[in-house]
Amino acid sequence: METHPMNSTAEAKSLSTTIKAKGISRLLRKWSLQIALTIVAILIWAFFLWRSPNTFNSYDIYNSLMLTTPFFALMAIPQTLVIIVKEIDLSFPSVMAWGVAAYELVYVATHNVWLGFFACLLAGLLAGFLNGLVVVKLGIPSLIATIGTQYLWRGVVMVTTNGQGKGMIEVKSTLLYPLLTGKVAGVIPMEFVWTIIIAAIAWFFLNRHKFGAHAYLTGDNPESARLMGVNVNRTKIIAFCLVGLVSAFAGFMVSESLLFFWPTMGDGYLLNTLASVFLGGTSVFGGVGTIYGTVLGAFVIAIINPGIVAAGWLAYWTQLIYGFIIVISVSLQALLRRRFV
Amino acid sequence: MSDLLQLKNVSKTFGEVAALRDVNFQVGTNEIVGLLGDNGAGKSTLVKIITGYHQPDAGGQIIWKGKKIEHLSVPLARDLGVEVVYQERALADQQTLWRNIFLGRELTNRWGLLDIKTMTRETRKLMSTVMGFTSSAVSPESTVGTFSGGERQGVAITRALYFEAELIILDEPTMGLSLSETKKCLDFVEGIKKAGKSCIFIDHNIFHVYPVVDRIVVLDRGTVAGQFMKNELTLDELIDRLYRVAQTGSLEQRDQASQ
Ligand SMILES: Nc1ncnc2c1ncn2[C@@H]1O[C@H](COP(=O)(O)OP(=O)(O)OP(=O)(O)O)[C@@H](O)[C@H]1O
Ligand SMILES: [Mg+2]
Repeated sequence: METHPMNSTAEAKSLSTTIKAKGISRLLRKWSLQIALTIVAILIWAFFLWRSPNTFNSYDIYNSLMLTTPFFALMAIPQTLVIIVKEIDLSFPSVMAWGVAAYELVYVATHNVWLGFFACLLAGLLAGFLNGLVVVKLGIPSLIATIGTQYLWRGVVMVTTNGQGKGMIEVKSTLLYPLLTGKVAGVIPMEFVWTIIIAAIAWFFLNRHKFGAHAYLTGDNPESARLMGVNVNRTKIIAFCLVGLVSAFAGFMVSESLLFFWPTMGDGYLLNTLASVFLGGTSVFGGVGTIYGTVLGAFVIAIINPGIVAAGWLAYWTQLIYGFIIVISVSLQALLRRRFV
Repeated sequence: MSDLLQLKNVSKTFGEVAALRDVNFQVGTNEIVGLLGDNGAGKSTLVKIITGYHQPDAGGQIIWKGKKIEHLSVPLARDLGVEVVYQERALADQQTLWRNIFLGRELTNRWGLLDIKTMTRETRKLMSTVMGFTSSAVSPESTVGTFSGGERQGVAITRALYFEAELIILDEPTMGLSLSETKKCLDFVEGIKKAGKSCIFIDHNIFHVYPVVDRIVVLDRGTVAGQFMKNELTLDELIDRLYRVAQTGSLEQRDQASQ
């Protein structure tokens, strides 16, 4: 019998190194978007550090970043899930306000802050569920359906509050206040801690749980997913519910950090949130996206404005630079995808 | 031969289109059934009723091992032991190989947590034993969108095989395959027979179907135009009859007329 060439140890070794090299290049390829985004984020940060070392070497800037980023980063996390399942939710800014409006309704009736807080979460969940139902059962594209519900919930808020803002001083005496807006060891804002917690939970479910597997499959090819027995509708509804839930939570956080509730609260978060998701490499065509990318995307969006101000430029440059970064990065993503996938 | 699966008076309409009309159809235990018929005859629709993807119109019955099944769904059918290689392959292009193998039947613990380690390991094993993927460029982490037509087909067949189904349905599995890949596919059907399982084999190429099946059912415009055991007639007679079906819509009528 002839000996197999692979029996030579030298060749076997070289084979195993090629396999290893292939493995590494495969990993690089798989994570190319995340790696590229990480490098971009570090470069932007390093640039600001170089331009204005005083600001970017102090705790203050990081404190304020940890306070401002969470509000849209939080909503960008479940939004990532919705976009992975090939839908989009544009209604969350009003759902933020609708959650707090529900809190107010229950608080006025019961004078119980915790009860109000749970009503807020429930209201958010309900709004998300409604979005999911309209999209899945009536087959209305989510882009359109959630523009509709965005007006609907804002309208409900306006009607129930008569368009009037309201103080929330009552929250200050409860445990909720330090729990949502306190500081860990006097250094790390709870807003930031919650963002990390929710990101971690979302990461876990997306990558380690059947729900996440089904979310990717649903967005990638809903027909295949259905044929193979994935409950596509349920997966989509859950994703919408999570956006509703987290939006109400974030809305409550914003209001109670100010101890005041504006009925127009939430307006202005829409574009930052969506920009974070898409900057983070989530594909609008579904089936692709990571929580890591979204969180990093939110960081990039958040750092630009204070960075520009600290660098001594006028704040109105911000928009232009946002525009550049977003357009360039999504173009790069498209190129990377075409090359590798 | 006892029936593994029986369909009684199954109809399926999509709006105006009657894809199936009063179809009676059965598959015996360890029987290979060839399903023939023109484009649009309703073959894939019949398959999707068996897999629980479509619900039959009112009045139709699905009987599995003698028991009537109400509200058959895809997960239920897969639990019963029905696996399919769909005509459209049913893959998710941007997802990894292992996710496609376990699509819809992910290995999880009680809490729904994925057992990624086992799924990757099983996929790696299947790659060499069943799929015949030897290139080191392909791993369980490769996305299937880059695979060739034959490789994609291999993934779909492997998936059907892995879950040890009692009934494996192949909807035009040789479509777009090379000669050697087609041969592998036909060997696979014979393997099903040897393993004591049942199979529904759909293929437009009668030369593929005839050698491997026990019985042939011909669908025409949503109805069963005729069926016969393979040993009742030769390949030439079969071809002759298929032409007649195409012209008249029935095997039997012409048979009687010519007698
Ligand atoms: N989801 C659907 N909605 C509407 N009509 C459908 C649907 N699925 C199938 N049909 C129609 O039902 C009829 C039967 O289609 P089917 O796919 O079962 O045919 P087939 O025998 O598999 O054909 P082919 O050999 O081309 O695959 C066709 O007229 C088709 O247009
Ligand atoms: Mg078909």
